[in-house]
Amino acid sequence: MPEFEPRIVAFLCRWCAAAGADLAGTSRLQYPPNAIPIRVNCSGRVEPQWVVEALKAGADGVLIGGCHPGDCHYVVGNYKTRRRIYLLRRMLAEMGIEPERVRLEWISATEGARFAQVVSDFVAELKRLGPLHGNGGRG
Amino acid sequence: MPEIKPRIGVFVCHCGKNIAGTVDVAKLAEAASRFPGVVYATHYEYMCSDPGQALLKRAIKEHRLSGVVVAACSPTMHEETFRKAAEEAGLNPYLVEIANIREQVSWVHSGPKATEKAVRVTRAVVEKVWGDRPLEPTEIGVVRRALVVGGGIAGIQAALDIANAGFEVLLVERSPSIGGHMAQLSETFPTLDCSQCILTPKMVEVSRHPKIRILAYSELEEVSGFVGNYRVRIRKKPTYVDPAKCNLCGECAKVCPVRVPNEFDRGLSLRSAIYIPFPQAIPSTYTLDAENCLGIVPLRCGKCAEVCEAKAIDFDMQEEILEEEVGAIVLATGYELYPKEAMAEYGYGTVPDVIDGLEFERLLSASGPTRGEIRRPSDGKIPKEVVFVQCSGSRDPEHHKPYCSKICCMYTAKHALLYRHAVPAGQAYVFYIDIRAGGKDYEEFVNRAMEEERILYIRGKVAKVFREGEKVVVWGVDTLTGKRVEVRADLVVLAQAVVPSPGTEELARKLRVACGGEGFLKEAHPKLRPLEALTAGIFLAGAAQGPKDIPESVAQASGAAAKVVALLSRPKLEHPPEVAEVDEELCSGCGICAPQCPYGAITVDEVAHVNEILCEGCGTCVAACPSGAMSFRNVGDEQVLRMVRAALEVEGAGV
Repeated sequence: MPEFEPRIVAFLCRWCAAAGADLAGTSRLQYPPNAIPIRVNCSGRVEPQWVVEALKAGADGVLIGGCHPGDCHYVVGNYKTRRRIYLLRRMLAEMGIEPERVRLEWISATEGARFAQVVSDFVAELKRLGPLHGNGGRG
Repeated sequence: MPEIKPRIGVFVCHCGKNIAGTVDVAKLAEAASRFPGVVYATHYEYMCSDPGQALLKRAIKEHRLSGVVVAACSPTMHEETFRKAAEEAGLNPYLVEIANIREQVSWVHSGPKATEKAVRVTRAVVEKVWGDRPLEPTEIGVVRRALVVGGGIAGIQAALDIANAGFEVLLVERSPSIGGHMAQLSETFPTLDCSQCILTPKMVEVSRHPKIRILAYSELEEVSGFVGNYRVRIRKKPTYVDPAKCNLCGECAKVCPVRVPNEFDRGLSLRSAIYIPFPQAIPSTYTLDAENCLGIVPLRCGKCAEVCEAKAIDFDMQEEILEEEVGAIVLATGYELYPKEAMAEYGYGTVPDVIDGLEFERLLSASGPTRGEIRRPSDGKIPKEVVFVQCSGSRDPEHHKPYCSKICCMYTAKHALLYRHAVPAGQAYVFYIDIRAGGKDYEEFVNRAMEEERILYIRGKVAKVFREGEKVVVWGVDTLTGKRVEVRADLVVLAQAVVPSPGTEELARKLRVACGGEGFLKEAHPKLRPLEALTAGIFLAGAAQGPKDIPESVAQASGAAAKVVALLSRPKLEHPPEVAEVDEELCSGCGICAPQCPYGAITVDEVAHVNEILCEGCGTCVAACPSGAMSFRNVGDEQVLRMVRAALEVEGAGV
């Protein structure tokens, strides 16, 4: 049986996290290809519902990437995200889903290496956790 | 959303070998041709090249495409390019999206997995385009005049540059005269130009400029509106003197019985209640300071009016509220020195012969309280030994300000040098942590102070300053020799930290402009957008944004003015249409959205309303709406969920 390859949906804010991901590319840093990026203007746009739907649709983990606290292009969007994701993770735990499957990370436009590291770490963690039950049975 | 059958085209770029060397571009195009909604897919060597763009345009027309996905480099590179090309072919540019398969795929992955990810990424973006609607940028008119807040050198420079480009300027200054701190300085480093001599011609130019209206003794009360269309309320305090009639004879000040500390001399001299801050003040008029006058209502004294031959004094003058419209605002509110009360360890505020840098400027100035003779405040004696303390309140995160105030190394060298010129037999000591003389001819200037003027630079911090008889004793450590140092000085000058001028944060709140941790106005980007605030149409100049010397303030002011001129010169402004919008049928008017918005773009009555111009498009309100009434143009919930499902679809990977 081939090694389990987790599927990740990555919601990345345009100004910091997506720019950081671009820098990882410009710097030719290699990292696992498991995360499919979806660019949004601000991490504040990310609805908890999207995260839940992504997990339902077959994702083993969801990454939300935003600007560092104080650096949000839209002043405070990332603070709202932080509260929402904090709450969502607690709700997931109540439902028996490991909260570690939802990751909120602050990645600046200059942190290409950090983006690559975050994805690598997340993939490793999801491999340890295994497929999200209900999504199991696929390679 | 009505399900019209989409006709999407997918264009896969090789980017030479950058993409094609890793991703199987033929396979990707082939897979894309089988995506739902796609009617045409191809791949080409360089999509951004002219032939590449021509290919795109031709395909849009030939295949009557309703949307386009270009699978290529990051959208920050060529989104604009392809949207323009599509527009030229008659397709709404907001129906063109980029699938980033270079920075986020081919440059970071290898092997067949790279192609698989490219397929998933492209598939997701096709879903986005499927849900995209054609959009038009919102057009707004521009009020072709500017407001400059603060009449120091930065505000003066910005006002002149904007006015010289042909636009009207309102220059608001809260004190009775423009000129700012620069008017208080004696000479300027590193050239030792007389500060007033280079400043006052500019002040006169401002006062004579037909396009500039000075509103002195005035403050900005309220701001509403948005870029190109700000409405401002300005409160103009009464000066009780008609500037058109005042002939500056000064008889009023002579008969005034009141004596209060003179702000212009930093309290080192006294002024009357009716006064002119300094002889070259602009507007060129006396001002009656009602707070310190014996009484206007009812009139208690009235001696000034009795002697005024020009009949310029009008005790019935009322405060005025001006409502003005402007298209752009420059904030040049400047700095103040860190308050003396905060420096108890250096005896500031208790030992009279401990003064700050600006007080020393007044002692050096020919127009100052001592007519340029350096006489100490306590007894008027000429000090034989003077200690200058750098970084007083700066670079001290435990007790005071963590940052470097930037200008103090230079002005301290200047102070010590000018002191030596004025008192050739005197000895000057400078306590310093480091010398930061980064600037044109700055290092040479400091060296001149050290070597030619025999000023004793002692590397180390001062621990304590206290009074002993007639002397001011300074205890410090020379960190180069490791020895304790005691100097029995006659005068101590503290290079106090530079802080934002009082009221900066309050002003920033009114304008929805951010302040950094230390209260300085925050620029939109520390490197690439240092002249503007994040709020569109508001620009920054001078030390209000951070400690700056005169050349830097002037440069930033001219830069900000150029930005203002560029803005005011545009026939119309366009605001991106990708913003939040409300479905009024669904909105319950709960109002959860409004406080989420950092721009104040949402108002709620029965239902919520989004001001499209104020909305910057973060979407935070959309995520917060509990009834699904708030949505985001071209990033709808259903759209995103379809992207998510498409990205995860096993079959969809097609490889």
